[in-house]
Amino acid sequence: MIADSKMTAAKPYDEMHAADGSVRAHYLGYAEWLAGIPRERIERKRSEADVAFHRVGITFNVYGAEGGKERLIPFDLLPRIIPGDEWTALEAGLRQRVKALNAFLADIYHGQEILRAGRIPADQVLNNAQFRTEMKGVDVPGGLYAMIAGIDLVRAAGADGKGEYYVLEDNLRVPSGVSYLIENRKMMMRLFPDLFSRYRVQPVEHYPDLLLETLRAVAPAGVLDPTAVLLTPGAYNSAYFEHSFLAQQMGVELVEGQDLFVDDDTVWMRTTQGPRRVDVIYRRLDDDFLDPQVFRPDSMLGVPGLMSAYRAGRVTLANAVGTGVADDKSIYPYVPEMVRFYLGEAPILNNVPTYMLREKDDLAYVLDHLPELVVKEVHGAGGYGMLVGPAATRAEIEHFRQLIVAAPEKYIAQPTLSLSTCPTFVEAGIAPRHIDLRPFVLSGGKEIRMVPGGLTRVAMQAGSLVVNSSQGGGTKDTWVVG
Amino acid sequence: MLSRTADHLYWMARYTERAENTVRMLDVSYRMSLLPRNNGNGDDGWGAILAISELTEAFARSGRPLSARDVIDFVVLDRGNPSSVWNCLRAARENAHAVRGTLTAEMWETTNATWLEIRDMTPEKLQATDLGEFFEWVKFRSHLLRGVTFGTMLHDDAFQFVRLGTFLERADNTARLLDVKYHSLLPQHESPTGTTDYYQWGALLRSVSAFETYRHVYRDVITPYKVAELLILNDAMPRSLHACVDEVNDILGQIANLHSAEAARQAGELHAALHYGRMDDIFETGLHPWLERFLERINRLGDRIGDNFLVPVAA
Repeated sequence: MIADSKMTAAKPYDEMHAADGSVRAHYLGYAEWLAGIPRERIERKRSEADVAFHRVGITFNVYGAEGGKERLIPFDLLPRIIPGDEWTALEAGLRQRVKALNAFLADIYHGQEILRAGRIPADQVLNNAQFRTEMKGVDVPGGLYAMIAGIDLVRAAGADGKGEYYVLEDNLRVPSGVSYLIENRKMMMRLFPDLFSRYRVQPVEHYPDLLLETLRAVAPAGVLDPTAVLLTPGAYNSAYFEHSFLAQQMGVELVEGQDLFVDDDTVWMRTTQGPRRVDVIYRRLDDDFLDPQVFRPDSMLGVPGLMSAYRAGRVTLANAVGTGVADDKSIYPYVPEMVRFYLGEAPILNNVPTYMLREKDDLAYVLDHLPELVVKEVHGAGGYGMLVGPAATRAEIEHFRQLIVAAPEKYIAQPTLSLSTCPTFVEAGIAPRHIDLRPFVLSGGKEIRMVPGGLTRVAMQAGSLVVNSSQGGGTKDTWVVG
Repeated sequence: MLSRTADHLYWMARYTERAENTVRMLDVSYRMSLLPRNNGNGDDGWGAILAISELTEAFARSGRPLSARDVIDFVVLDRGNPSSVWNCLRAARENAHAVRGTLTAEMWETTNATWLEIRDMTPEKLQATDLGEFFEWVKFRSHLLRGVTFGTMLHDDAFQFVRLGTFLERADNTARLLDVKYHSLLPQHESPTGTTDYYQWGALLRSVSAFETYRHVYRDVITPYKVAELLILNDAMPRSLHACVDEVNDILGQIANLHSAEAARQAGELHAALHYGRMDDIFETGLHPWLERFLERINRLGDRIGDNFLVPVAA
């Protein structure tokens, strides 16, 4: 999640304050409330929140940290507020985008019309490591692949000083973070109930209910009362808290690979009352680990025979296998084209202009402008493997130049966006910090649904653009009001 | 419910119960060691502690001297002793963590907080604290977990597996305690019905919170015979073998599945032996052989429960 103000003339767009320093209309009530609150009370509430998060164990395992230590994700008490009409427009754009992405996935695993129409270079898709040939011709319930999508949005200052939203990336494999969205809201209501009488904040706590409905709606045809489970890699996974939270909130079993087995193309779970049939698996496990018979043979986390049952249509996986080809950074530039091709509509949400380094002209331009650009590894995720030109040292830039020249097709580049800021409580008081937004979009049954807003991630370091929790980013409660 | 979930719940309860019973034993030995001695064989109590938990050899391997301090460190804190209180509480917390979605918030927070508190305990820190207070703390944490379990958890199968773990472990622990203590306290060829060292036998009763109970039930001086009867056959005494097996029997009836008939039969047989058993017959067999046989049967039942419910082979 990138962007920086250094390369743009305009100051970053601030969610709370207009350029002249005045408070924006939708933050007026909050500003008034804040002015009447002694700083000590905020401090007290902050440590109250820390204690509560720790005791409940809302933690995040950081890879690479010693022994997979559990860490708290910093929670900021100052909410990110989105006016209702702004959200309505975003919501329409998200629906459209996710609909097109699902249409794309159904197409490339069947007729491949978009490739034959020449709208996306065929080799970009077919030679992509995320394209799963195992999925060719497999019919999935409702033709849906990405039932749960996390779309990362950022906001940059437009020429007229207005904030403009951009999609930074689509997460169609196992997007995480929704449990923080819900816990943040619970925490805010517990700490500052008085705030919620000033604002009509649209609720988000029903997300697990929507998710359960979504999962049940995509059960294999003919199953009347489907049994859904959540498949986790286990207690040491970085998002285990979320897996356990969602399973509990939905009232479904939280299973590991060893709890499931396949017999005659049917998936069963081992229960104290004997085997019980499983119809829908909300898997929080990457494709590679799902079935050692088909993917990585050394996977201890998966279920042997699962793919066979899946291809036979006896069990639904959410998300489907092979969605990674649609959220790959090399495919990202074509999403607006998908909207036009499958829906015949003009895309509502902006894409960030992207240089494809496999293209000669783009490569030449990027190599000339590295200090201004953000370069990302095509298959990278979680803020690993990227260069933020304006913030990088000369040596880092030279290192990346060599990487790019060695394998240009592995990289894309984008202009450094001026990511919006939101006031945040820091050591020295309240200061602007860069933020992004991840709404969670659910597709299943008749309509595409989401809870208002999403997870706001915030880069806690001054000037930092990296909001990923694996890189020390924090979160804020996100309010859609009015 | 998932077999793996049941397995974690069962072991969470077993480890917690084991930690509690371990400090119960230690507490009594510790208090006894503060009394003036009259028989001169000062370290017997500590050797017996190790014998009860089958740790005699492991302790000898550690090269420590058989002193109160060393035995307590070994049994409470030793990271390399898998049944140390420290390791039991760690294992209880790990099992809870694996199924935290099945636990109520209070159960999880209790188990987690217990672990966070003992995690950094070292022999030096233990030395600096009041041992009696520390033992009380472990007991309280176990009481608390049992209390929030009863008070907050839905009384469904998950709840039954927690209880199953508690009572199987307790039956095992009480039998071991009685076996070792009884024979170290009662000199050979002495009649079990005669009166004996009030403090030693009183301590044994206190370790299972049964001192006042004994008085209340028998209104008599303490005799080894009656102590054994109270801890084996009295079904109203919550830590007795009979009471534990009553519970196990009842739980197995509630969670029965298509393969569990044999487990139910074994539990029923054990139950009958305690329900209809007579102390005179037990003493005729010999208390030690009888208790050994009991331990063997309760452990076989534990294995059977594992096979039938917790880690069943694929259908």
